[in-house]
Amino acid sequence: MYKSLAEAIRDAEARGVSLSTVALEAESSDGGRTIADIRHALSRALDIMRGAITQGQDPDLRSSSGLVGGDAAKLISGPEGPLAGTLFRDVLMRALAVQEVNAAMGVIVAAPTAGGAGVLPAVLTGLAKAKNIPDEKVIDALATAGLIGAVVAERASLSGAEGGCQAETGAAAGMAAGAAVEMLGGTPSQSGHATALAQQGTLGLVCDPLGGLVELPCVFRNATGAAIALAAIEMAMAGITFAIPADEVIDTMGEIGKAMDVRYRETAGGGLAATPTGRRLAKERLVQIKRADG
Amino acid sequence: MVSLLDIIGPVMVGPSSSHTAGACRLGLLARGLVGGTPQTARIELHGSFARTGEGHGTDKAIVGGLMGFKPDDERLRTALDIMEREGLDYTFEKTTLGEDNEVHPNTVRISVTRNERTAVMQGSSLGAGRVLVTQIDGYPVEVTGNLHTIVLVAEDVKGSVARIATLLADAELNIATLRLTRKQRGGDAFMVIEIDEQPGEDVRDTIRALPWVRWAFRLDKVGAA
Repeated sequence: MYKSLAEAIRDAEARGVSLSTVALEAESSDGGRTIADIRHALSRALDIMRGAITQGQDPDLRSSSGLVGGDAAKLISGPEGPLAGTLFRDVLMRALAVQEVNAAMGVIVAAPTAGGAGVLPAVLTGLAKAKNIPDEKVIDALATAGLIGAVVAERASLSGAEGGCQAETGAAAGMAAGAAVEMLGGTPSQSGHATALAQQGTLGLVCDPLGGLVELPCVFRNATGAAIALAAIEMAMAGITFAIPADEVIDTMGEIGKAMDVRYRETAGGGLAATPTGRRLAKERLVQIKRADG
Repeated sequence: MVSLLDIIGPVMVGPSSSHTAGACRLGLLARGLVGGTPQTARIELHGSFARTGEGHGTDKAIVGGLMGFKPDDERLRTALDIMEREGLDYTFEKTTLGEDNEVHPNTVRISVTRNERTAVMQGSSLGAGRVLVTQIDGYPVEVTGNLHTIVLVAEDVKGSVARIATLLADAELNIATLRLTRKQRGGDAFMVIEIDEQPGEDVRDTIRALPWVRWAFRLDKVGAA
């Protein structure tokens, strides 16, 4: 697999093919699986993603601790905001839905992780629905997202414990932005700019879940991560370029992650988890889980 | 090397790849040691598994794994209820299995019995669903569960590796990797053998029946992360 997005973009543009083509070829030659076989696995992932989005629209859904759940439903039937009826609101709803299902021990695709699992399905399936894009193209986009995620894993990290939330929902936003640009007909180079634009907007983002649970703020970080991805897609499709190449933005994310205090890396020792309310809720809810399980 | 399908995956029950999917895999590996669902299990949680395990469903995931549920099985959510209904005697404890720099924060020791078979396994969830079994019955091992594995302790006799290799070949099993270690000449030799195909219980029994084999275990593959 590629260790540099610039290299993948160069290969794709030199041959006049998409990033998903070079990603699928690289995966096939690394792992010995046929491209059809890889696409089949991605197609199953897409089905699971859509299943989670549907399941997450239940207003009565609650996480194990009861801290989160039922908010995706509010974006469907709750009062209107300025973005009512738009793709934007639908994407936010989808991101919340997947992450609420995750928090409720439902089935999701960890892409790239369970904690950041809402961004990619929200952006890709939301756009595919709004723009009438066939599944074959969405599956290709998942391959491109996988390529971008692999580059992040190689150069930086995809773990909140190592790099904070910028390595989970931040990486997911970069993956979703680059992948969606291809799905919408953009060039490989535009995908690179979209990834850089999304990732730069999440640099420094800490991982500070209440009680160490993948619930709060994780559910909402997925929605805001998807929003950042949409912003990056819109800018890149308009021809806006980001001066720092995606690889270097990703390297920066890795460096910031290494320098990040351990309190901000999934330990619940800092950030929102350490606020008076955060501590109180975590304490109350953890006690509640114990009671529920007898 | 990072695979695209590691990034877009695994398909799993939430909320955490390390605390839920990895924990389930560790349960599945412990189950394999006694050849099926254990009747009793003592589950000792260490570090982050002990601190935030309940909220992440680590307890449900380990119990589900012991009962044979995979990381993407929705029954994991109600695994504790199913355990009670089945009359299984599983208990949980929070403990410290070692110093922070020696033991991974997401570690569990699982002592299982099934009929007359018993085993004690210690393993860690390393992140993104990947796991590592580090001890079986007090012996240090390194088993990832990415392939079917046989582990055995034998007296250090000549030709032991050849005998085991022949036995596996006769059972039409292909060795993927084999690691042999011993503490001293003439001391116990320790073998960890990863196999492409799934070995049957009969293979384990045949290996156990060899006069110079002290013990042998078979662990089923629990899938790459």
